[in-house]
Amino acid sequence: MSRIGVFVCWCGENIARTVDVQKLVDACAELPGVRSAQHYKYMCSDPGQAMIRAQIAAEKLDGVVVASCSPHMHLKTFRRAVAAAGLNPYLLEMANIREQCSWVHHDKGQATDKAIELIGLSVAKARFDRSLKPIRVPVTRRALVIGGGVAGIQAALDIADSGYEVVLVERDPSIGGKMAGLSETFPTLDCSQCILTPRMVEAGQHPRIRLYTYSEVEGVDGFIGNFKVTIRQKARYVDMSKCTGCGECAKVCPLKRNPSEFDYGMGTRPAIYMPFPQAVPARPVIDKKTCAKIIRNGCGLCEKKCAPGAIRFDDTDKLVEEQVGAIVVATGYKLYDIGREQNSSKVRGYGEYGYGKYKDVIDGLQFERLISASGPTNGELKRPSDGTIPRKVVFISCVGSRDNAKGLAYCSKICCMYTAKHTMLYKHKVHSGEAHVFYMDIRAGGKGYDEFVRRAIEQDGAKYYRGRVSKVTQENGKLIVRGADTLAGIPVTIEADMVVLAAAMRPADGAAELARKLNVGYDEFGFLLESHPKLRPVETNSAGVFVCGACQAPKDIPEAVAQASAAAGKVAVTFAATELTREPEIAHIDEQTCAACFACVRTCPYHAVEKAEIRARNGALIKRTARVNPGLCMGCGTCVAVCPSKSADIEGFSEEEIYSMVEALA
Amino acid sequence: MNLGYYPGCALHGSSNDYEQSLRACLGALDVSLAEIDDWICCGATSAHSLNHKLAIALAARNLALAHRQGHAEMLAPCPMCSMQLLRAAQAMASDHGLRAEISEMVEAEVNSGPRVLNLIQVFQHVGLDKLKAAVRTPLKDLKPACYYGCLLVRPPAVVDFDDAEQPTSMEAIVAALGAKPVEWSYKTECCGAGMTLSKTETVLELSGRILANAAAHGANCLVVACPMCHVNLDMKQGAIEEFLQRKYGLPIYYLSDMVGMALGMSAEDLGTDRHFVVGGHN
Amino acid sequence: METTSPSDPVVSQIESLSHTRLPECYQCGKCTAGCPLAAHMDVPPSRLMRLLQLGDAGSALRAGSIWQCVSCQTCATRCPKKVDCAAVMDALRQLAFERGAASPDERRTVLFQRAFLDNIRRHGRLNEIELIGAFKSMVFLRDRSVPFLFRDAGLAPRLQKRRKLHLLGEKAKDRGVVARIFARAGYGGSQ
Repeated sequence: MSRIGVFVCWCGENIARTVDVQKLVDACAELPGVRSAQHYKYMCSDPGQAMIRAQIAAEKLDGVVVASCSPHMHLKTFRRAVAAAGLNPYLLEMANIREQCSWVHHDKGQATDKAIELIGLSVAKARFDRSLKPIRVPVTRRALVIGGGVAGIQAALDIADSGYEVVLVERDPSIGGKMAGLSETFPTLDCSQCILTPRMVEAGQHPRIRLYTYSEVEGVDGFIGNFKVTIRQKARYVDMSKCTGCGECAKVCPLKRNPSEFDYGMGTRPAIYMPFPQAVPARPVIDKKTCAKIIRNGCGLCEKKCAPGAIRFDDTDKLVEEQVGAIVVATGYKLYDIGREQNSSKVRGYGEYGYGKYKDVIDGLQFERLISASGPTNGELKRPSDGTIPRKVVFISCVGSRDNAKGLAYCSKICCMYTAKHTMLYKHKVHSGEAHVFYMDIRAGGKGYDEFVRRAIEQDGAKYYRGRVSKVTQENGKLIVRGADTLAGIPVTIEADMVVLAAAMRPADGAAELARKLNVGYDEFGFLLESHPKLRPVETNSAGVFVCGACQAPKDIPEAVAQASAAAGKVAVTFAATELTREPEIAHIDEQTCAACFACVRTCPYHAVEKAEIRARNGALIKRTARVNPGLCMGCGTCVAVCPSKSADIEGFSEEEIYSMVEALA
Repeated sequence: MNLGYYPGCALHGSSNDYEQSLRACLGALDVSLAEIDDWICCGATSAHSLNHKLAIALAARNLALAHRQGHAEMLAPCPMCSMQLLRAAQAMASDHGLRAEISEMVEAEVNSGPRVLNLIQVFQHVGLDKLKAAVRTPLKDLKPACYYGCLLVRPPAVVDFDDAEQPTSMEAIVAALGAKPVEWSYKTECCGAGMTLSKTETVLELSGRILANAAAHGANCLVVACPMCHVNLDMKQGAIEEFLQRKYGLPIYYLSDMVGMALGMSAEDLGTDRHFVVGGHN
Repeated sequence: METTSPSDPVVSQIESLSHTRLPECYQCGKCTAGCPLAAHMDVPPSRLMRLLQLGDAGSALRAGSIWQCVSCQTCATRCPKKVDCAAVMDALRQLAFERGAASPDERRTVLFQRAFLDNIRRHGRLNEIELIGAFKSMVFLRDRSVPFLFRDAGLAPRLQKRRKLHLLGEKAKDRGVVARIFARAGYGGSQ
C-alpha cells in the first residue's frame, strides 16, 4: 500500500490566485494511496523543503508529489530534498499546476478542478514509481576537434592546456581556415596572419595535440565518453617524416597555372604546392586531379628533384581509428556561390551582378587576397582583367543575405563590418581612389564596431548609398552599377573599375553529411543546431558533441573564439569526473520476452539499441535479444511504441505508470 | 507539328510583316498553324493597367476557345499576348473559384489547356539540329544583337522561360543558322513598350539606349521576337537617330526572318522588304 | 503629406488587387535601382511602396510615375522579398483611373489606355486607325495642341507603302460577348 505525500505550492500568488489551494489539499487527501496533503507558500524555499523532509520522516512516506511549477524549474531541487530525507529521488513526481493550469486559466472553479485532476494523475503514477539509480558510463578523456580554423584551433588549445589530449582533424592541407587568408581584421586592422600564425604554430607543436591535416572524419560510433572515430588521411603523396619543407618541388613543377584554392582563384599554384608560406604543417601536397605523373605516369620532376626522397607517388588514403570522449565541431563557413550553380535547389544564384561573367566582379574573400600583403599580387590591388589599379570600387552589401527570393533570408552579420574595412584598406592603398558602398542597413553591434564604420565614412571618405543594386553590366572595360539611394529617393548609377560583392556566409560544404554522422541536427540553411539558442549555445542534442564557430551561425572572429573556449569548457565539464552519470529514465528490454525482431534497433533515432546474444557457459547460443545501450539511450520511447511483444519499456515512465494515469482520468 | 495560332492584334495590324515572316518559315519547317477562330484582343497594357479582372477575362476567353477548338499547344508570337495568356492560366490554375467565375464571365469553359508557346520555343521544338540541317544560306555576315525585351523572360514565375538575367535561347538559334551573335548588355532592357504613341520620348530614350549598346558591342543588326519591340526599334529608328543625333542604320530582324533567310527565302517571301530600316539581306 | 490611417481601405484594396502584403517590402530600393524610368519619376517605385506603407494612398494615386511606368516587370523580378511591385503599379493605375485621381501631367497616357480599351470593347480586336484618330482627338480636346494632332501624320503614307495600313481593321465575329465581358468586369471607362 502506498504512502504518498502531496505538497501543494502557492508559488506566492502565481498559483494561489487562480487555484484554491485549501480545496486542493482537502481533495487530494482523499485520493487512494495518499497519506497526507499540505500546502505552503513557496515549496522550493528552505522552509518548504524542510517541510517535505519532515513529512517523509514523520509519515514514513514512500512517494512524494509536489504540485507546483514546471519540472524544468525545480525538479532537481525537489529530488535533492527528497534524497536528503533518505528517499530515492526517483520516487518524486511533480504536477505542473502553474504553467499548465493557473497561468493559462481564469476561472478559479474550473482551474481548481483541473489542478485536482493533474495531481490525481501524478499520484496514480507515483503509486507505481520504483527506486532508480543513475547510470554510470566510463569516459575516455580525449577530445576530437573537427575543423582547424580559428575556432577549432582555439578549442583544441584550451582543451589541451586543460591537460587532455586532443585529436584535431582538418580537411585542407594546412590549418588556419578562412582567417589565414584574410588581409587585416576588424576593428583593430591587425594583420590577420600575424595574430593567427602564433596560434597555428602552438597547435602544431603542442605535446597534447595530435594533428591530422588533409584528413576527414569518415565515421563516428559510440556515445558520450566513448566515441570511436574513423579518420581518413587523404594521400598527400609526400612522406611527412622525410620532407624538410624546402619547396624545391614546387619550383620545378611544370604545371604552374592551376587556380589557387587559398587565393580563391585570384592566383595560381603548381600541381605540387605549399598551401601558403605560413602553413602548418609546412609541407607540400600533390593535387592528384592535375598531377601529370598521377594521371598518366608522365613528368615526375619533383620526385627527381627531391633530395631527401620524400615524394611518394604510391601513397594511398589511410584509415585511422581514434578513441575520444567528446567531440567539438568547428567546420566553419564558405561564401555563397554567387554564380548560377548552387548545391541546393532551394537556393538561387545572382545573374544580375555578372559574377563569373565579368572578371572584375569579385567577392569579399577574393578582395582580401588581392589586398593582402602576402597575396597573389603582393598587396597591390590589381584588376583581375588587366592588372591596372582600380580608381573606383563599388562594394555591394547583402549579396545573397536577407534575400528571400534567392533562398537565404538571414543576415550574415559580418559583411557590414568587413565592407567598411575593405573601403578603409582600399583607401589606405589607393589614396585618390573612390570607394562606394551600397547597403540596406549597417549592422555594427560589437565593441568599437559602430565607431569603426563611422571612421570609414567620416575619415576615410567612403561614400555610402542606402539602397540595393539592381544590375551590373560592362561597357568598355568599366562596370556600370545601377543602384539606388532610398534616403534621397533616386536611382544612383556608378561607373566602377571593380565591384566587390559581400556574399552570404553559408555552412562549409559537407557540414550536413558530417552532422548526420554525429546525430546533430541542422536548420534549413545547413547551420548546425545548438541545444538552446539562448542558454545552451555550444551544446547539441547529441550528448558529448559540441559546436562552435561559423558552422553554427554566421559570426565574427571574437565570437568564434569565445564560442570555442566555451565548447572547450563544456568538454572540461564532461571530463571532470572519471565516470559520467546519466539520468536513468531510459529504455530497457525484457530479454526473456524479446522476440529479437529488432524493430527497435531499426527505429531508434539514436542508434542506442544493439543486437545481442545470450550464450550458455559453453558458448552455445541460447537466444538473441535486443539490448539498450544505457550510454546512448535518450528515453524517447520509440522502441516501446514499436515493440510487438511489449518487451521494451521506459524506467520511470513505464506502461504500468502511464496506464495508471490514464485510468485515473477515466 | 500542329499548333493552334493566336496572332494578336499587332500581327494582323501594322506588324503583319511578322505574321508573313513566321508563316513562311514555319511552313517550310512542317509546322502548321491553325488560327483560333474568333479570337479577341488580349487587352495588352491597357487591360492590366485599368481593370485587373478584365485582363484575366480577355485572355481566358482565348484559352477557352483554343481548348474548345481542340488545341493542346498554341503559338502566341507576341510576348505581351503570351505573357497575359500564361498569367491568366496560372491565376486560374491555382484558384478554382476564380476559374469558375471567369468561365461564366467569358461564356466559355476554361480548362487547364492549351500550353502557350512563344516563337523561340517553337523553334526549340523543331530542334536545333533539324534547323541546322535545313540551312541553305548560312548567315555568316550577320552579327546580331539578340534582343529579348521584357515579357519573353519576365516575370520568371509566370513565363518560366530561359534565364531572366542572361538568356541564351535566341543566341543558340541564330548561331545554328551560321550567324555570330554578339555579347551585349541590353538583352532584356525595356524598349518603351506601348508608349510609342502616348509618350514617344520614353521610347526614343529607352530604345535609343538599346541601339547604342548593340552598336557599341559590334552588332550589325538586331534580332527580336516581339512586334512592339520591332516597331520601336525599326519604325522609330529614324526618330531615334534624330533624337540622339547619330546614325545607326541597324536592320531589325524578326527571329523568323533570320530562320527564313537561312532557309534561302527572299525578302519578298519574308516581308523584310517592308521594314523601315533595310539592310543588305533585305 | 496627408496621412490617412494606416488601415486605409484603399491600401487594403491595393493589397488584394495586387496579391501583395505591403509590410513585406523592406525598402531596399532595388526596384528603383532597376527601373528604366526612375530617373524621370516624381515618385520612384520604392517611394510609392513607402507612401502606401505609411497609409498615404492619396499621394500614391496622384503620382505621375505610375503612368510613366512601362510595365517592364524588372522590379517584381528582382525584388528580394518577392513583393510584386509591378502588380502594385497596376492596382494604383486601376484605382486612380476609376476615381478620376490620375495625375494631370500624364493625361495623354491615361487617355491612350482608355481609347485602347474603348476600341477593343467596340470591335473585339484593335482597329489601329480608329484608335489613333480617337486618341489624337481626345488629347486635342484637352490640350489644343495642333502639333500633337498632326505629328505622326507622315507615318500614314509610309505605312501604306509597306502594306501595313489597314483602313478597315478587323472585328471579332461575336462582339456581343466582348461587350458583356467588359460590363461584367465593371469597366465603365472614366477619367
